Amino acid sequence: MSKRVVITGMGVVAPNAIGLRDFKKAIQEGKSGIKKIQQLEDLKFACQIAGVPDVSEELKLKYFTPLMARTLKSKGILYGCMAGIDAWKDAGFEVDPESEIKWDSGCVFGSGLTGVEVFRDAIYEVDALKVRRLGSRVVEQTMGSGISAHLAGLMGFGNQVTSNSAACSTGSEAITMCYERIKEGKANRMLAGSCDSEGPYIWGGFDSMRVLNRKNNESPEQGSKPMSEDASGFIPGAGAGALVLEELETALARGAKIYGEVIGAAVNSGGQRGEGSMTAPNPEGVKRCILQAIDSAGISPNDIDAICGHLTSTMGDVIEVSNWGKALGRSGDDFPYINSLKSMIGHCLAGAGSIECVATLLQLDGGFFHPSINSENVHPEIEKTISKDKIPQSLMESTNFDVIAKSSFGFGDVNCCIIFKKWNNS
Amino acid sequence: MEREEVKNKLEEIIKQYVTDMEAFGNISETTDLLQDLKINSAHLIDIVLDVEEAFDIEIDDESVEKMITVKDSVDTILACVKATA
Repeated sequence: MSKRVVITGMGVVAPNAIGLRDFKKAIQEGKSGIKKIQQLEDLKFACQIAGVPDVSEELKLKYFTPLMARTLKSKGILYGCMAGIDAWKDAGFEVDPESEIKWDSGCVFGSGLTGVEVFRDAIYEVDALKVRRLGSRVVEQTMGSGISAHLAGLMGFGNQVTSNSAACSTGSEAITMCYERIKEGKANRMLAGSCDSEGPYIWGGFDSMRVLNRKNNESPEQGSKPMSEDASGFIPGAGAGALVLEELETALARGAKIYGEVIGAAVNSGGQRGEGSMTAPNPEGVKRCILQAIDSAGISPNDIDAICGHLTSTMGDVIEVSNWGKALGRSGDDFPYINSLKSMIGHCLAGAGSIECVATLLQLDGGFFHPSINSENVHPEIEKTISKDKIPQSLMESTNFDVIAKSSFGFGDVNCCIIFKKWNNS
Repeated sequence: MEREEVKNKLEEIIKQYVTDMEAFGNISETTDLLQDLKINSAHLIDIVLDVEEAFDIEIDDESVEKMITVKDSVDTILACVKATA
């Protein structure tokens, strides 16, 4: 008998807000976290705007020892650990390095690159023949598993502790991995999350590929416009999201707050076949992934009330909406409501999936649907599939959505889809 | 450089890596850095790097291994400072 899996804690470090309460308010207000970044202009980037979380030194000290706060140079690890610590506390647990080991609890915290800025410094030292001066921080702040390793030490996780990497679907994949592990009875509790590095050394490649928006350097808040006719590239972002997934009976027994249930999920790849490539999705893979997730949830495509899309503010948006329409067999007014968090925070790369899942659950639990900002001019190709009314221009204050689907797609033609259900005490 | 001066400078560096401040309050020449102060062994190398910078010296691997107590460490630093001078 497979176990049921619910979400009992969440944490978020996003460009438009830090912490669940502020983040909920920000997404309800349609608050943009995209700003002009002087460093990008100085470095002659075509895209000079981005979404980065605002973490003060004072805030850092609420999460880390003074030593760790002083030596922590990796933004990815900083955001990831903050989100992870918040999620664990939100679930009602203590963060105590002296606590007993928890054999039934683990962590999958994915990343693209955790500490590109630390790696850069290390390269300069090594090339200057100063390898002996690197010290202990380089390894733990650059390794892919840096966040899960650090969090496991704080919380005493004794179950699986690892990190996944699947480009922009990393976060959703981490949640799926944790969901499957609990469902199979291999763990009672898993902390899932994701993040990525921040700044020019990680965004440079995308700038050079011309996949970033170059037209809104003087109007940053209007720069990210998923599903809009003017969408001409994504806006880079940074941050982290984290969720505590828990076996239902365990959660009920301790009277935990339940944000929602994961009733199904799927990951796959389009194999870079057909129309698929390193950078473009094979529609067959996408549709299959969506339908597998729906199948595994034991629901029908008609049961989906809303979609929190991947929707990056590129030409890919048209393809994504078309794939959803075909997979669900729904169009026009019959299409589910759809929005994109990236309209407010940009594309946080490997961090995107987990931040967006936090937003999805806040909407499901809170009975609202956030506006998809900057989408006034809906792309005509998208309007061929869905009614314009399905893209909220302002906050939908009292929805009664029972099922929301969250999708993430990434470079390498990888796909992930998770089906979340509202918790109705049964 | 006076022994007392070296010791004070060393303790300032060590302090940043100690999580057990009560143990640090009782620091003496016989205090063992790893055992008594519970400093993470990976951080021992960071302390050595900070010491090298603070005293403008280079401590060889063999000497690093001898830096077990506060006294050992002060002796090592003094010897290095003398050799460098």
